[in-house]
Amino acid sequence: MRAQLKPDCNGRKFVKVFTILEKHGRKPSRLVPILQAVQEEYRYLPEEVLTYVATALDISPARVFGVATFYSHFAIKPKGKHLVRLCDGTACHVKDSVPILEAIRKRLKLEGKKNTTDDMLFTVETVACLGACGLAPVMVVDDQVHGEMTPASGVKLVEEIIAQEQS
Amino acid sequence: MNTRILNIMDPAGSAGGTSPRRVIVCAGTGCVANGAYKVLAAFEEQIKAAGISVTTEFKPEGTAQDLRLNKSGCQGFCQMGPLVTILPEEILYNKVKVDDVAEIVSQTLVGGKVVERLLYVDPASKKRCQGIRDIPFYQRQQRFVLKECGTIDPECIREYLHHGGYAAARKAILQMTPEQVVQEITKSGLRGRGGGGFPTGRKWEAARTQKNAKKYVICNADEGDPGAFMNRSVMEGNPHSVLEGLMIAAWAIGADETLVYVRAEYPLAVARMRRAVEDARQMGFLGGNVFGSGRALECEVMEGAGAFVCGEETAMIASIEGQRGMPRPKPPFPAQSGLWGKPTIINNVETLAHVVRIINQGADTFRQLGSAASPGTKTFALTGHVANTGLVEVPFGTTLRDVVLNIGGGITDRRGKVKPNGFKAVQIGGPSGGCLTQEHLDLPLDYDSLRSVGAMVGSGGLVAMNEKTCMVGIARFFMDFTQRESCGKCVLCREGTRQLLSMLDDIIEGRATGETLVLMEKLALAVQKGSLCGLGKTAPNPVLSTLRYFRAEYDAHVFHKHCPTGQCKALAKPGIDPARCKGCMACAKKCPVGAITGERKQAHVIDPAKCIVCGACADTCKFDAVVGV
Repeated sequence: MRAQLKPDCNGRKFVKVFTILEKHGRKPSRLVPILQAVQEEYRYLPEEVLTYVATALDISPARVFGVATFYSHFAIKPKGKHLVRLCDGTACHVKDSVPILEAIRKRLKLEGKKNTTDDMLFTVETVACLGACGLAPVMVVDDQVHGEMTPASGVKLVEEIIAQEQS
Repeated sequence: MNTRILNIMDPAGSAGGTSPRRVIVCAGTGCVANGAYKVLAAFEEQIKAAGISVTTEFKPEGTAQDLRLNKSGCQGFCQMGPLVTILPEEILYNKVKVDDVAEIVSQTLVGGKVVERLLYVDPASKKRCQGIRDIPFYQRQQRFVLKECGTIDPECIREYLHHGGYAAARKAILQMTPEQVVQEITKSGLRGRGGGGFPTGRKWEAARTQKNAKKYVICNADEGDPGAFMNRSVMEGNPHSVLEGLMIAAWAIGADETLVYVRAEYPLAVARMRRAVEDARQMGFLGGNVFGSGRALECEVMEGAGAFVCGEETAMIASIEGQRGMPRPKPPFPAQSGLWGKPTIINNVETLAHVVRIINQGADTFRQLGSAASPGTKTFALTGHVANTGLVEVPFGTTLRDVVLNIGGGITDRRGKVKPNGFKAVQIGGPSGGCLTQEHLDLPLDYDSLRSVGAMVGSGGLVAMNEKTCMVGIARFFMDFTQRESCGKCVLCREGTRQLLSMLDDIIEGRATGETLVLMEKLALAVQKGSLCGLGKTAPNPVLSTLRYFRAEYDAHVFHKHCPTGQCKALAKPGIDPARCKGCMACAKKCPVGAITGERKQAHVIDPAKCIVCGACADTCKFDAVVGV
């Protein structure tokens, strides 16, 4: 069964997944790093890719899906172009991180459980702790750490990105 | 090993060759966020422009005239970053911006003068402090695990070697038997720094005596407690010390494969650990012939995927095996049957860093600090409402007062100003720990005394809170966290934490009755009893400890429908203290809904019907006259 899985048999879009699987020796034990690499590539875990990974590793799609939904880093829905992560660890929480989150969500018109904007420009998430507690409250925008934030400075960062995107 | 490496390993033989003049830029996560790399680049440019010969590499045989410019790991004083240290004068400049670099170069490096405005000002004495010797934050600490963090370049194995690095691993592997290593660790009384405080020697002995050709050592660097960053700092500042400890542990139990499981939220720590492993392999410290002993040892760095429960040993093993990270019942303990069913030991980052020192200096030296049952030092991440947030290493047995009020420099109010008597509580041990009050300030910090008051050392997060913090809100915060992170295996943990959270919501939003409190306490005890792993067993601790020490606050929420701090919006009753109000009208102007009325120079009043409890008035008032919000 494994021998049949050549990159071309499922079309070009799986070429990258194929390379990732090869790199990890197609070992089911490497499932977590494999999914991490897939997510790095696609920015989320598309369902057809999960099925492809399951077949290639000779394990059930349910197991792959189970792992993908267990860990908070894995997203099974597409994320926005810019990822805004607001730290809500204890130190950030007691230094009022929640009003920052509320201000940004309000600015981006995110309500209820929605955390990605309709134009797919932003995904806003909270994380448990980024370990930069000395700078609380902390916000990470596309892997760039910003410390000692306020609702105003948070909204300003988001607006700067919007302005950049429009120009 | 060639002789050149041996030369680096002998500090006495080459110390004279190092450049006396050094500029060290802190490049921990905090300082990098504040632009440390830009500062580092500016230094290189400006120093060259000033005509000074500069090197960024570690060269023990380098010329003495060369000024050495390097980055370091986290120096622990994150709030003041980017930090720049100038040696040999030991001047510590804080909050250095790119624009300040030219002045430092011309004044200090060329002119030999101190740039006063960039020095740290002690908020208590208002005194300018020149360096770590006179900054109270550092003065009261005793740094061992953190000693080299902040001076050496974490990405340079040669510099680690120069400071005596890998001597302990060499000694253990070439001169000691595994039994001797385990004996030394047992004698030192070292206890696991990850939370539980289990004696490390006993864990190692259990794995050593297992007859199995394949064994594993895992370094637990899945520092998931919110508000804790000790392990991150050690990995970022001195990754080789962790790797060296891991090598000693592997030798002691007879393992040939090791693994470092790091949280994915720590990209810099992951990168530096990987670099350390790579450099150690090139030096021949890892691979097929470790230190020429003929023994093989491998190390892999693996990233977690964001599950708090994976800090639990058996859940971490499941995660490494490519499963959902769910714990399983013990026994069998991992030391008997762990990763892939083989004997496995899992040690915390800090524990492994201590191992290096114990092998180097002996168990007796290690025991000189700390208390009899909890020997040695412990790092704590001090955060929250304190003047000096950062990383603190003190001997076990140091009092809470010393750490929070003296090293921390006092409690701050919401504007960041130090406020005498502002202390309300300190949360220790993260979601598994508890909240302690004023009456515990003189409690010695160690495993046993903390457990006796319903808290725990945990991984070492210390979050100080001022009087404006609602303790019911804090209990809710932690319950929300554990409820989300519960893996779902045990019913009492999965459903119990959910119910506890909804009861706390009832209290905060004014729906609770006296019965809620009774039920909540009962359920909390049931969750403790009915859960398999540490997460569920300790999840109710924040609720139980706040119920125990802040009962009056719960009562105010439940029976008087009033949140004394005003943090719970539904129960906030903002008012203006007429004795403090000067009638300046600042709050009335700021109020977005016009709920504040009053004549100039007369006490103002808030109309509760109009008030939206936004807190703008309290932020504006200079006289702290607005209460209850």
